[in-house]
Amino acid sequence: MYELERVSKTYRQGGRPVAALVDVDLTIADGEFVAVQGQTGGGKSTLLQLLGALDKPTSGTIRLGEADLGRMGASELTRVRATQIGFVFQSFNLIPTLSAQENVETALAPTHVDKRERRDRAQEALESVGLGDRVAHLPSELSGGQQQRVAIARALVKQPQVLLADEPTGALDEDTRGEIVGLLESVWKDRGLTLVVVTHDSWVAHRAERRIHLKQGRVTEKAAAKV
Amino acid sequence: MFGTYLRRELANRRRQTIIIAVGMALAIALVIVVNAVAAGVQNAQATALKSIYGVGTDITITEPVTAASAGGQQFQFGSGAGRTSGGTRTIGGSRLRTDFGTQTFAATTVAKAAATPGVKAATGVLSLSNTTFSGQLPGGATGGFGRSGATPRPTGGPDGAGGSAFGITRVSVLGYDVGGATIGPLTAATLTKGRSLTAADAGKDVAVLDSDYATSAKKSVGSTVSIGGKTFSVVGIVKSTSATGSSASNLYIPLDTAQNLAGDKGDVSSVYVEAASADQIGTVKTALQQTLGSTMTVNTQADLASTVSGSLSTTASLASSLGLWLSVLVLAAAFLIAVLFTVSGVNRRTREFGTLKAIGWSNRRIVGQVAGESFVQGLIGGAIGVVIGIVAIVIVNMAHPVLTASAAAAGRPAGTAAGGFGGGSGFGGGGLGRAFNQVASSASSIVLSLPITPAVFGIAVGLAVLGGLIAGAFGGWRASRLRPAEALRSVA
Ligand SMILES: Nc1ncnc2c1ncn2[C@@H]1O[C@H](COP(=O)(O)OP(=O)(O)OP(=O)(O)O)[C@@H](O)[C@H]1O
Ligand SMILES: [Mg+2]
Repeated sequence: MYELERVSKTYRQGGRPVAALVDVDLTIADGEFVAVQGQTGGGKSTLLQLLGALDKPTSGTIRLGEADLGRMGASELTRVRATQIGFVFQSFNLIPTLSAQENVETALAPTHVDKRERRDRAQEALESVGLGDRVAHLPSELSGGQQQRVAIARALVKQPQVLLADEPTGALDEDTRGEIVGLLESVWKDRGLTLVVVTHDSWVAHRAERRIHLKQGRVTEKAAAKV
Repeated sequence: MFGTYLRRELANRRRQTIIIAVGMALAIALVIVVNAVAAGVQNAQATALKSIYGVGTDITITEPVTAASAGGQQFQFGSGAGRTSGGTRTIGGSRLRTDFGTQTFAATTVAKAAATPGVKAATGVLSLSNTTFSGQLPGGATGGFGRSGATPRPTGGPDGAGGSAFGITRVSVLGYDVGGATIGPLTAATLTKGRSLTAADAGKDVAVLDSDYATSAKKSVGSTVSIGGKTFSVVGIVKSTSATGSSASNLYIPLDTAQNLAGDKGDVSSVYVEAASADQIGTVKTALQQTLGSTMTVNTQADLASTVSGSLSTTASLASSLGLWLSVLVLAAAFLIAVLFTVSGVNRRTREFGTLKAIGWSNRRIVGQVAGESFVQGLIGGAIGVVIGIVAIVIVNMAHPVLTASAAAAGRPAGTAAGGFGGGSGFGGGGLGRAFNQVASSASSIVLSLPITPAVFGIAVGLAVLGGLIAGAFGGWRASRLRPAEALRSVA
């Protein structure tokens, strides 16, 4: 699925360069479940942004399937994000003024599916995360776990090939954490998509097929540990 | 999606929506009211001119007053004039002369004007002023008041302080062509009582009175009035067609009668000209000026409008100068408020827009969303502004503000207080008790009525929408520059 070759990302902070990723070589296979761990500031979020076509590397190549993300223009990257990649965030990032149903529909807005199909698919996605009875609720009327389920439904409704999650359980309590990880695991298995989860939490990381460690922008891979 | 999202945002960010819309609404309302006042004042000026010069008059011809002919009035009394009782002599008199500030010229000008190409009709009028004087003098005083200044001073009188008491009443008299003139001052007046003057009245001592003057002088059809020592019978009363305000003159009499009375045989003081078509007025003016020579003043209605003074012209200049700048200022402020609030709104929604970009929304879609919100805010502001504007116009119209207008141009038919006392030096000492009874009035008062013009409302709403779009452009530009990676920034 992903092929990274000597990928570096350097930010400029007040004129000083900050190396967030340094010469990262990494291959992620189709349908793989990868956990990315590491100390804070290690470059985990930066890596996920590059995988998610939100940003381009300073040097090196990132291939998603056949496409070289580093060489794409802004509108092509937008297209990739709209069709191939689902994103789940630590703080859910739902639109506060839209209902659960409408939040899920925002992911279909760029794909030009008609209104009825959009509604049906959003409804379906919410049912698949166990929120079929909460479609009309605003984010503020849902618990943290429920909000993250809505966010997962939003990521899945476009039927992406990749699901990327940055600390998806970081804002949740332990019981809910289990629920959300269980949900991610089951969609990964059912849909056969590629799942990359950034986490501080080794309990979460241990559910993955493979764990990657990032330290000061460099990858140190731990032995694969299948659960 | 666009519509739902837009509706939800406007409903949920009510404070921002209300501030932007209200700012815009006030600016729009101001633009509407200022425009309406300007238009209302313009209408009022047209009305003012009509009541002075009549309906249908496109051009007036007058001759500038020359210093030599502008002499003051004189009352001459012989030493035996008046009645004497108890040491006090009561004297009185009535004198008719061409109106102060008016120069008369030969009536042949009327024919010359009428023969000028492009002229549909021309009629001459003679503006006269009838001054009635009555008062009491101490017994020893002899007559001969005038500009000489050599008159013996009066000593002692009925007021006990050695002075005299005089009453002076000035009445404007307009002689006009009773043979069926289609233009002239009387076209802006309607007959309310009695009859109009007809061709059969030519040369007769008959008069038609302005209703305001008739009321104040307590005259009606059948009464008599004294003009220049002659007795006229009142045959009709006319009223100005403007909502309030008097007609051009206090009295109207046949032109030839007026000419005989004033001794200005065959002279007129103004010629009213109607052009064959409205778009020829400029050419006709030039032609008339050529025909009549440079000694004559040829004025179009537009030239005359600038001579209208009084609170009407004050309002006109207020509306055009202060009103314009105020509108521009308030409009700019409203635009600025809209831009600032929209941009700060976008800044607060950084994570929201970042998230939408991260899940595949294009810049165009996001800019469209932001611009759409601002556009609707502008539209709401415009709609509220139109409502406020209409309410303000209705309130102003219900209050019936009355403006006064006086035509300051030479050749105006009605006089003012100026020139009431010829010479005056003859009354120098002696504690003269002046009792002016200024009936004649040249100022016509006009009710300001603000029109509701659909085009102005269209422009106003257009401005509101423009403001919304400008704010949307700024906000959208700001949103388009957000990096999608902003969405991953933890905790807003
Ligand atoms: N937009 C940016 N501008 C400048 N420096 C940045 C930017 N984003 C990240 N960095 C820097 O890059 C490095 C890696 O940041 P990154 O967010 O990838 O770390 P992380 O592993 O996700 O950390 P955390 O566990 O705290 O989320 C850090 O030193 C950070 O300060
Ligand atoms: Mg991070």
